Amino acid sequence: MFAALEFPPIDNLVKWPAYFGEGQFYEFNKIALISLLAVIIPTILFLMAKRDLVPSGVQNLVEGTVEFVEKQVILSAIGPQGLKYTPLLLSIFLFVFFGNIFEVIPTFHMPANARMANPVVLAVVAWVTFIGVGIKSQGFGGFMKSSLFPPGVPKALMPLVSLIEFISTFLLRPFGLAVRLFANMLAGHILLVTFGVLCITLWQVGPLAAILPFSFAMLVGLTGFEVMVSLIQAFVFSLLTAVYISLSMSAHH
Amino acid sequence: MSALASTAAQLVELATEATDATATAADAKATAGASSAGFAYGLAAIGPGIGIGYLVGQAVQAMARQPEAAGQVQTTMFLGIAFTEALALIGFVVFILLKFA
Repeated sequence: MFAALEFPPIDNLVKWPAYFGEGQFYEFNKIALISLLAVIIPTILFLMAKRDLVPSGVQNLVEGTVEFVEKQVILSAIGPQGLKYTPLLLSIFLFVFFGNIFEVIPTFHMPANARMANPVVLAVVAWVTFIGVGIKSQGFGGFMKSSLFPPGVPKALMPLVSLIEFISTFLLRPFGLAVRLFANMLAGHILLVTFGVLCITLWQVGPLAAILPFSFAMLVGLTGFEVMVSLIQAFVFSLLTAVYISLSMSAHH
Repeated sequence: MSALASTAAQLVELATEATDATATAADAKATAGASSAGFAYGLAAIGPGIGIGYLVGQAVQAMARQPEAAGQVQTTMFLGIAFTEALALIGFVVFILLKFA
């Protein structure tokens, strides 16, 4: 019969050989390169933007991005008093977006955020930020009181509620942030690889090549879908960071 | 329920078959892991699927009733989707762990 669909092992999809420094602490592979590019590209874009009164070209793009983050993320989640966090949230948004978008750029074809290390570092940044904001605006005791002891709970239930609140606030929030980004990008990557492998297999086996156009159309459609997912995940990550910051800023009762 | 029980029985059968044939416990574990991986993801996708469908439906209704509030509703909708979807994504991670780790 036909050759079976040979799906490559998972290590071939997410592990990349080192460009240099194999096994050293400075080992540099494709993930590191993409992470570096995700820092350099926004920096260059922001430096290229002229500060004209009437924006045009790159300045338009950059101002649009800043405005999007300010309006859609900060004003809708925190309010006007959160505008001082624009640099942090804009950096998170751009880093996540450019780390994701390399999933569909030819010759790279790998989202940097599909390796757990990147989302974990970003989640730790968000975690430290919202705890720091909480301690700064309510004091250590006040922050612990408002996040661990919700008002209006019967005394007998308090230990249980405090434990649940502690787990959900300090453990599940960073875990959820990291896993959400990681799993979304890994799932998208595997989806694209599956359809790529399917197209190649159909091309090779002869008679079945008749359904190749459908498979290829699916691959093209999914590529567009993954562009959207990259943007939405960047938006959601910065939005959730903003929501956590706003929850720590004021005692919610 | 009976379908689940029968699949579980099949799974055990499959596992014992693998043990008999190749006589290695690791193989049986890998087989059981690989066949339960699909169930893990499928079951994890049910709840969030219903949840996201309901959530987006309600959001569309809200936007249709009050188009001027569409921006606010959309942001809240994405927030809700992000929280709901996390369960399905944890299921996906379990799938990866069962299948490949």
